[in-house]
Formats: sequence, C-alpha cells, structure tokens
Amino acid sequence: MTKNAGKDRSMLIQKEMIAKHYERLESAPETGEPVVYTFVPGNLTELVRSFGALPLLPEINALQSGMRQKSGDYIAEAERAGHSEDVCTYVKCDIGMIKAGNISPTGTRLPKPDLLLLSYTGCYTFMKWFELLREEYDCPTVFFHVPYQGDGELEPEHREYMTRQLREQVIPALEKVTGRKYDEDRLREHLMMSAQAEDDLVAVLQSAKNRPSPIDAYFGAVYYVGPIFSSFRGTPEGVEYYKALREEVEERMAQGLGPITPVGPMTDEKYRLVVEGPPNWTSFREFWSMFAEEGANVVASTYTKVGGTYDYGFRHDPKDPIGTLADYCGGCYTNINLPGRVDMLVDYVREYQADGFVINSVKSCNSFSAGQLMMLREVEERTGVPGAFIESDLVDPRYFSAANIKNRLESYFQMIDARRVEASA
Amino acid sequence: MPRGGSLSRASIIDWARELYEDLDFTGVRAWLQESPDRKAVGYLPVYVPRELIHACGMLPVGIHGAGDQMEIIKGDAFYQSYICHLPRSVVELGQSGKLDMLSGVLFPSTCDVIRNLSGMWKMLYPDQYVRYIDVPQVSDVEIGSEFWAGELRRLVKDLGELSGTAPDDDDLRASIGIYNEVRTAVRELYRVRNERPWDIPTEELYLLMRAGEVIPPEQFLTRVREYLQAVEAEPNRVRDNSRVVMIGSFCEQPPLGLIKTIERAGCYVVDDDLMIGNRFLASDVSLEGDPVDQLARAFVTDAVSTSVVYEPDPNGKKEHVKAQVEAASADGVIFAAASFCDPALLDRPMLRDGAEQHGIPCIAFKYSENSGQFQQFREQAGTFSDSIKLWGGE
Repeated sequence: MTKNAGKDRSMLIQKEMIAKHYERLESAPETGEPVVYTFVPGNLTELVRSFGALPLLPEINALQSGMRQKSGDYIAEAERAGHSEDVCTYVKCDIGMIKAGNISPTGTRLPKPDLLLLSYTGCYTFMKWFELLREEYDCPTVFFHVPYQGDGELEPEHREYMTRQLREQVIPALEKVTGRKYDEDRLREHLMMSAQAEDDLVAVLQSAKNRPSPIDAYFGAVYYVGPIFSSFRGTPEGVEYYKALREEVEERMAQGLGPITPVGPMTDEKYRLVVEGPPNWTSFREFWSMFAEEGANVVASTYTKVGGTYDYGFRHDPKDPIGTLADYCGGCYTNINLPGRVDMLVDYVREYQADGFVINSVKSCNSFSAGQLMMLREVEERTGVPGAFIESDLVDPRYFSAANIKNRLESYFQMIDARRVEASA
Repeated sequence: MPRGGSLSRASIIDWARELYEDLDFTGVRAWLQESPDRKAVGYLPVYVPRELIHACGMLPVGIHGAGDQMEIIKGDAFYQSYICHLPRSVVELGQSGKLDMLSGVLFPSTCDVIRNLSGMWKMLYPDQYVRYIDVPQVSDVEIGSEFWAGELRRLVKDLGELSGTAPDDDDLRASIGIYNEVRTAVRELYRVRNERPWDIPTEELYLLMRAGEVIPPEQFLTRVREYLQAVEAEPNRVRDNSRVVMIGSFCEQPPLGLIKTIERAGCYVVDDDLMIGNRFLASDVSLEGDPVDQLARAFVTDAVSTSVVYEPDPNGKKEHVKAQVEAASADGVIFAAASFCDPALLDRPMLRDGAEQHGIPCIAFKYSENSGQFQQFREQAGTFSDSIKLWGGE
C-alpha cells in the first residue's frame, strides 16, 4: 500500500503540475501572464520565472503530440505547406500544430508567445525553428548564442560572451515584454530550488547503479526529467516532485525492486543497458516493451542529459546567478563534442556495470545522430561490451518499423547471451 | 598551364578543371614539396577566415567532398542514409589517404553534421590540428565582435604554433589585403557574369572558383585576371535564356553536370550562393588598426545573408530574396539544395514565401553531390525558363 501510494504520489504531482501549467498557459491572454517560448537544452527557466513569465517549450509539445498520435497529421500539414520531408520532425510537428489551431497535446489552447527566447544550445535547427516561428507570430525574438564545446571545454571568454548576452540582451528583452525589472534576489531563490531538485534527480538517476536497478533510466527516466527539463526547474512544485520521486525510488531500492514497465514490474533484470539518443515518441510504450519483455533494463542514458549534465556535478549556483546560467547552458549534452560524448558513454557502461549499449539513431536529429556510427565503434572498442544500432524517428510515425527494431533487439540480446556463454566456458 | 602571352579561355578552364577533378590534390602536394617548411590547412564549407592560415605562411585548402567522381565505400560506414552526402565523401577522402598532406582541418559552424564531423576528425586523426570554428550569431556589433576576435586570436595562436611562424600585425594585414583582392576578383567575375551571362557560363565561373580553393590566393588573382582578359578576347554567342538566381547550394556542391544542365536548359544563372565562403564578407576588411579586430568586426557587420548565420530581421529572409533578384535583374529563383541539408531546407519555406509574396517565379529541387541523372533537372529548368518567357512573374 505504502509503495503504491508513494509511486502514485510523484506521478500525481507531475500530472497535476503539468495540467495546471497548461491551464495557466491557456488563460495567459486573460490573466496577463507573459509567455516565453524557449528550448529544453540551455533553457533559462529560472530567469524566465524570475520575471513572472511562463515558459513554453515547443519540443515538449511535439513529443507529447507524438505520444498522443497527433504528430503524423501535423507533420503532413507542414509538409503540405512546403516543409521538406528531410528535416526535423519536431519542427514540422510544431508548425503543423500551429496551422491546425495551436491546441496543446492536453487539449488546451496554447497562447501566442510574448517573446521567443532562442537559446541556441547544441542544435543548429533551433535557429531555424524560431526563425520559422517568428513568421507565425508577430513578437520579439531574443537570440542567446551558447558556444559549442568543440575542444571539449569552454574558455573563460566563452563564459563572458554568454554572461554579456544575458545581461545586455536577454534580460533587457525580458524586462521589456514583462514590464518588470530584473530582480537578482528573486532569481537566486529560483536557483536555490533548482539545485535542490537537481540533487534529488541525480540521486534518482544514480540509483540505477544498484542491482537490480529500481528505475529504467531511459524510458522511465524521460518521465522523471520531464518537470526539470520543461517548466518546473526552480519552482516549489519541482522541488516537491523530486523529493517525492526520490523517496519512492529509495523505497523501491531498499526493497530490492526493479522498475515498473509497460509489461509490469521487472522482476528479472537480465540485461543492463546504456542508451544513446532520444526515444521514439509515437510508439513509446511499444518500444519500451521490446526491452522490458526481454528483461532488458536501461541503467543510464544520454538523452536524459540534454537538459543538463547534473550527474557530472553541475548544480545551479545561487551565489553566481548569471554565471551559473551560462555554465548550465554550455554543459548540456548536445553541446558536448563527440569525443566527450564517447567518454560519457564509456563512463556509463563502466560505472553502471552495463552488459551492452544501444544507440537509437533518430532521423530527425543530426545533432545527436551525425557521428553515432563512429561512437558505436569507439565505445565497443574501449569497453569491450557489444553495441546495437537501431533507427527510428522522434515523432514521425512513418519511421518507426516495429518488426525491424524488434528483430534487431532480439538478435542483439542473443549475442549478449552468446558472449556470456563464451565467457563462462 | 602555359606561361607568357595571353591565355585562351579554354586553356584556363582546362587548367581549372584539372584541379577540380584532382582528388589527390596533386597541386597542393606539389606546393608543399617546394619547401620542407610548408604546411597546408584544410577547411570545410561554409566560412573560415582563410586570411589567418595564409598569414601563418600555410596554404588554405578547401575541402568540398568528392563530387560524383568517387565511389563511397568507407564513408558510408560512418553515416546513416538520412545524412547528406558531403561528410561521407570527406571521410572517404580522409580514409583513402587523400587528405594526409594536411596539417590541420577547420570545421566551421555550418550545421550539426559538420560540427560533429569535427569531433569525428579529432578521433580519426589525432595527429592533425582540428578546430571547430564557432562564428558569432549575435547581431550586436560589440558583443559579437569581441567574441569573434577572441576566437580569431586563439586560432592565430594555434596556427602560428602549427606552422612555426607566428604572424605579426603586418603579416595579418598583408593577408587580409590579399583576401580583399580575392573577394574583389570574385565579385568582378560575378558582376561580369551578371551583365553578360553568355560570356561567363556558370560552369566556367564555378571551375575557376573551385581552383581558387586549392591554390595560393596570389595565383588565383592572376588566373582571374587572365580569364577576364580571355573573356573579352573570346566573346560567346548570346542565347535567349531566362535569368535566374540559384539559392541553397552553399555547402554540399552540386555536380558540375547539374550546373551545366541548368544553363543548357535555358536558364542563365546570374547569381548564386555556390561556395559562398569565398565572398562571405561583402566588402573590404579595413586595413587600419588591429587586424584581428577588423576581421572580426567585418564578419559581424558585413557578412552576407545566408542560412548558416542567424537572421535578426523578421523580414530579412523574404526581403533578401527580393533584393537579390532585383540586384541581379533576374527573372526567377531556382532553390537548389542538397538532400538532407538542414540549413538550406529549413530556410527554403521562408525564402520561397518571400519569392512568392513578391511575385518572383521559383522552382525547387534537391540534388546530391554525386547525382548522376540530370534529365529531371533539365525538364524542370527548361519548363521553368519557358514559363518565365511566356508569362514572366504572373
């Protein structure tokens, strides 16, 4: 009873906070709450919140549309309007959703943005996405350029470049659209709450180092990172959610329980895997089930780091409110160069004692996908564990071939079995 | 290449074609062999500050893939089917040892594919100097210039160490001056082609520019002058073609056959963004004051409008199409983008809207650097040209 009630609590909190957020967004034109559209990697949620504005993240709408089987029609709508079949389906899903009336995945009407905050972090397409959205909305756009970690780290000058932009461009833009003055103390309060939630999130993610892991750190963890990646970092609701989640996970861990999956509780953790790349959203449960049915549990993933690499030690620091925002943006997963991404996968395989790793290569996302075949070879070579490579898409249902993926995964698990037999012989 | 006297158009173009087709970079290797101290640094599209490589005494070498001349075997093992062709042919060149004469390679912030290739290159060729070039995306002159000047100074320092010759301000100014001349020469070629497209077929212009990617800039300037003289001496027959602007081919280059096909189908290309990196700065960089600061400021204030740099003006894309067509006195636009090219294809709806809103006729197609069949392009371009002649912008 306690266990189920505990689990239900974090889920209920999340469901309620998201529903309330969309309700607030819907009523924003009446309440006068300013709305700021921005992206998940490099999001400046604390800063946006410190101005009393509501963040809205188009990627979240797109993935939710995918999970609710709405993205196919939206993409078709965008392609009819002249968008290429070759480009990011998140963008086309978003454009199609706007053209279809801008109803959110939860059924509420989405407000127009008061500001497009283009945090250009780790993804070229972001730039085009907001240039395209600017065509739909007559509103100001502020550009925030986060330098890429081409050499594996950012220089002090890069930090200065970002903090200057924040002070001289982003903050004035927020002041203008919200009518409020920048309040650093208020920002510090949000940042303090962020750090609290980040501590709890890291504890949850790192619980997967246990055998069995009490969580699935990819399919399950996309729900866990939802609030902190979207609009709730630095909010009391976010703090409450992560506290509750951590308690639940620690309770499961104490009882030696595995994760809850779409095919029921995992009682036999047969394969521990690391996953690179975003999930497919249109067949999310089916995709997860392909792993769970085989007793394959994901113990670490890189996708859950696109909104911040907290498990590598970063925490938002209220003592340096602007600098910490710059540090956060620069450290998001897709802003890390390929050798750094390989290092991270190797670390995960070793630290989480994985039997293998899977790359889900999505057609839509060159930021993730370009170079993944080389990553596969590098990680295999350095860790000695076998890798699998599967292909799908983010939210285009045309690019999810269940039979192909299932076949490939089954062969992959057989290969791990064969290696185990060889190793024990 | 014969020396002395005036050269024929054909001999200059044959020379350029030979360089274009030479995937072994024989010319670059020959230049390197002239002195043991010489080094060459490669760069991918779209924009890198070639002045800095030159100022360090090294040869900048444009890496534009293998076009339709090389079967891709190793490169395909690095990329999924939904990624453009350029990086797989670049990897093929690298894995075949054809780029082993380079001491370094620069990867500009053109898109995520080229960005990630910089990381792959670091792992594949740890002995080469590899640098990702993150150009400024903010339009604020002070913030953007300060950032970019810092990046350029780091690059100068690295390249100086690589070459063994750290350039001083005079060296930098001299190289900036040379590349000012290069940009002027390219603009002159474009001007003459615009005025008399029958006299400078785009195939010839393109081959000259490709040659300019693998030879010292001083030699390029000489060849351009010789070519322009030859054009005056050997005028071509005027054809009843339509005048079009070609947009979207700034990174992965179309095969030469496609460029020829468009013109033979009845469209004079009177402006384009083919290899736009060689004229990315729209006017001369000032030779006064700190040369690095001037080069940095020139990028922020004077870079051409392209898909790889953020457009701060909400109407900028649409107006740019109109302005480009008007400046070129063109009748229409051909949007020609490489398959899976994010920058070109994500921009296309905005640019196309701009063209249509201003009543500019346009067509669009996709190609790959190794496209081998041109029939569909011929039909499309031919029909487009006919329709322009019949109905104009109606």
